[in-house]
Amino acid sequence: MRVPILKQGSYLIASVQSSLSDEELIQLSDDLIDKVSDVRSKGVIIDVTVLDVMDSFATRVLRDIAQMIKLKGAPTVVVGIQPEVALAMVSLGLTLGSLKTALDLEEGLSLLKNPLSEDND
Amino acid sequence: MSKEILENNLDSFNERLPILNDRDIVNIRSKGRKFASDLGFRNQDQTLIATALSEICRNVIEHAGKGEVIIKSVIIGKKIGISFIVKDNGPGIKNLDRALQFGYTTGRGMGVGLSGTKRIMDEFELETKQGVGTTVTMTKWLNEFEY
Repeated sequence: MRVPILKQGSYLIASVQSSLSDEELIQLSDDLIDKVSDVRSKGVIIDVTVLDVMDSFATRVLRDIAQMIKLKGAPTVVVGIQPEVALAMVSLGLTLGSLKTALDLEEGLSLLKNPLSEDND
Repeated sequence: MSKEILENNLDSFNERLPILNDRDIVNIRSKGRKFASDLGFRNQDQTLIATALSEICRNVIEHAGKGEVIIKSVIIGKKIGISFIVKDNGPGIKNLDRALQFGYTTGRGMGVGLSGTKRIMDEFELETKQGVGTTVTMTKWLNEFEY
């Protein structure tokens, strides 16, 4: 299933609805890159609240998405990583690099609106 | 409690699933999670188990094209666990030491798959022969700290 991408003001919100196969993750990546240019987005949020597994492939794709979108001039924030998923990622040795994260959608939006208030850049 | 459940339903804890495409990875890890949950693993361990399965099954798709996984319960003495045997008939791993090294990758991941999975499972064994295939056997114990 394709991940729906909603536009809210000048931000894009990709809200993952179910577990994603590798192909669907790549699709999300392609869709986001296209859409960021189309709507001249100022920032992207990827909501992964429903994901019960983030393995090395998913993590790499998210990192790549953020990197590509950054080259288009917009920041990406991943929100909603579940506590047990976070634990598994750390146990596995996965790192997010420069990928920004926030607790939930609300925090993610405020991070995009006030990037200077965060010094984790 | 879970041991009684297990003994009554032993058959339902032995399942062989094909690994043919990336959709199967999603299916297998949710099955693995469900079995683990039925055995009594807490949510955090279920997630670790599902993540480990995901990593190993993806290796199969990436390097061998296809394979299969057997999910089963194991009882040894007082210990109960969940075990996965992931098999393929692919090219085998050329340099095992390197493959097990953190950060080394020939594929699309981040090079933490094998080393990380080894760390999250309690038992991890990898057999590989060039031109013949690779088998990973891994187990997570439910009550390892009971002794």
